[in-house]
Amino acid sequence: MSPYLFYPLACLTIAGALGVVLNNNPVRSALSLVATLFLLAVYYIALQAHLVAALQIIVYAGAVMVLFLFVITLLNLSPDPADRTSPLFGAAALGSALLLAVVLGRALWATTLPGAANTPLPEGFGTTVVLARQLFSEYLVAFELTSILLLVAVVGAVVLAKRDPSPADMDAPAPGREA
Amino acid sequence: MESAIGLNHFLAVGLILFCLGLFCVLTRRNAIGVLMGVELILNGANVNYVAFSKYSAAAVDGQVFSVFVIMLAAAEAAIGLALVLAIYRSFRAIDVSVMRTLRG
Repeated sequence: MSPYLFYPLACLTIAGALGVVLNNNPVRSALSLVATLFLLAVYYIALQAHLVAALQIIVYAGAVMVLFLFVITLLNLSPDPADRTSPLFGAAALGSALLLAVVLGRALWATTLPGAANTPLPEGFGTTVVLARQLFSEYLVAFELTSILLLVAVVGAVVLAKRDPSPADMDAPAPGREA
Repeated sequence: MESAIGLNHFLAVGLILFCLGLFCVLTRRNAIGVLMGVELILNGANVNYVAFSKYSAAAVDGQVFSVFVIMLAAAEAAIGLALVLAIYRSFRAIDVSVMRTLRG
């Protein structure tokens, strides 16, 4: 991947991620996340991971983010300037995130990573055929467990999101529950 | 071009995404904002998987893992957003600092 492509892409990706973190408007935040996910798909294409890139766009930027936007509009969320924890806690969070970044960055800097960029890739690297062969041989058990997990997730989501049968609960002033 | 783009550069992008996601999870009070931070964290990990898959032994295991991560994120988003809906129904808010029923 040429540096002339990588650095602008990296700047855009990080700008998108910052947009997710800093926007107070949930819809803008979600749209920044969509942009970030699309830009990551470009990375995956550059890294010869074509199937992962397609899944990233279809599943992540498509399905998952539509779900997010749907819930945001369903709850009619408006921009909320109070959508932050207290300044003290925010400073602690910033400090811990920066500390983690510095520690991992130093570790990354100090490590000699294996593999040159010009390692010849095997035939069909990153295509559906090669990935599926691996998925259905070495990772078969994990793959089957995945289908159970997805089934449980679907059933659980339906049960959780289902309305209560008794309408009396709906009108009760709920925040008093914390007493 | 004196410096080609290598594994380190992709790992750095993944690291920055992870830390931004961590910051988002810690500072948001909106439950949906917290979930979006989790998505950023998962994507930071995914970049690492795919980059290692290309640069280490040129094995596709990393890409298989990233497919699993994408699937996991989809399941997590479905359950998480259903929870947000259920919480909104009983608290009339999705501010995570309001939900302190379990606090002793």
